Amino acid sequence: MDRPWWRIAVDVLKANEVHLIPYVPDNVLKPLIAALHEDPFFHAFTVAREEEAVGIVAGAWMAGTKGLVLMQTSGFATLANVLASLPCAFQIPVLMMISERGTMGEFNLGQAAVWRTMRPTLEALAMEHHVVTRLDECEFIFDRTIRQAHLTQMPAAIILSPLLTGGKAVTRQVVA
Amino acid sequence: MIAAHNAKRMYRFDLMQRLVARLEHEEAVIGGIGNTNFDLWSAGHRPQNFYMLGSMGLAVPIALGVALAQPNRKVFAVEGDGSLLMQLGCLATVATLGPKNLAILVMDNGVYQITGGQQTPAARADFVAIAQGCGLSHAAWAADETDFERQVGHCLETDGPHVIAVKLDDQPPVSQTERDPPQIRDRFMRGMGAKRSKLPG
Repeated sequence: MDRPWWRIAVDVLKANEVHLIPYVPDNVLKPLIAALHEDPFFHAFTVAREEEAVGIVAGAWMAGTKGLVLMQTSGFATLANVLASLPCAFQIPVLMMISERGTMGEFNLGQAAVWRTMRPTLEALAMEHHVVTRLDECEFIFDRTIRQAHLTQMPAAIILSPLLTGGKAVTRQVVA
Repeated sequence: MIAAHNAKRMYRFDLMQRLVARLEHEEAVIGGIGNTNFDLWSAGHRPQNFYMLGSMGLAVPIALGVALAQPNRKVFAVEGDGSLLMQLGCLATVATLGPKNLAILVMDNGVYQITGGQQTPAARADFVAIAQGCGLSHAAWAADETDFERQVGHCLETDGPHVIAVKLDDQPPVSQTERDPPQIRDRFMRGMGAKRSKLPG
């Protein structure tokens, strides 16, 4: 049986010695977060805000430990200033894995509205980013994006599409 | 209620010199945005210094990352009061993770000095009480220069995480840090032993 996307993520992170995983959680990320906590190779922990996680991963990399930040779309929307002035300006490979909320069946209007800011922000920052939609492309995109970030000392974002993860959809309007 | 402490208002550059003079084991120092890192720079560049130029509020998270990566090296985060206000949640994160090698130095002048001295919205806040409320029990105001040096020594000799808060006077920084982020990052990585290069550094 095929490995699920989150198991592939765990395997690729391990193969690339990405050890430190600060995160702000999301429902879609639950199986990945659980797997990271179960595996003593990883040091996964929550932070109060995504900006904090960017600082932690930047500091750790400069001191010899690789890391990756987990977040959802709305969390990414809080990051433009720190991404521009820390990993982009200092050339630090801060890696981000973002569960894509706000599209393909989103029920939360706030998520749908903030979703529209993500790609324009990544493009304005000229930051490498890839959207993963298919299980068969998962390992290649994860692995090559992480390798390139480390080799070029530049930050990068991996966006987990609902096409890959199933997203968090509801089928009808919830009325109280 | 105005914050209950009787700390003397001290000169930031003098305190930076006193801190740097105590560092004998290649301790890392992360200087927060603006005048905080300007005076760290002015106290004499060390390869183990990182000068943040932007990303206001991230001195403590960056220092936490360094501390987690190198648990045998002492790491100081030097952060202004206005900057810390932007990222107060990081104090809770530090308390939860409990890195023994991390010390946070809060430089509290009560104003945004670099933008013209406007008051911060924390006129009635006590940063030591905030840190303690987040779970950082080793947090104290430094009463004067002698007490500051004693507390720095305590940070170097005992397990943390520690917080030292100081009240500052209104003197401006001595000089400005050279703004060349990749160079700063490269020097710091060499200072951390995380990078080897044949290029002269």
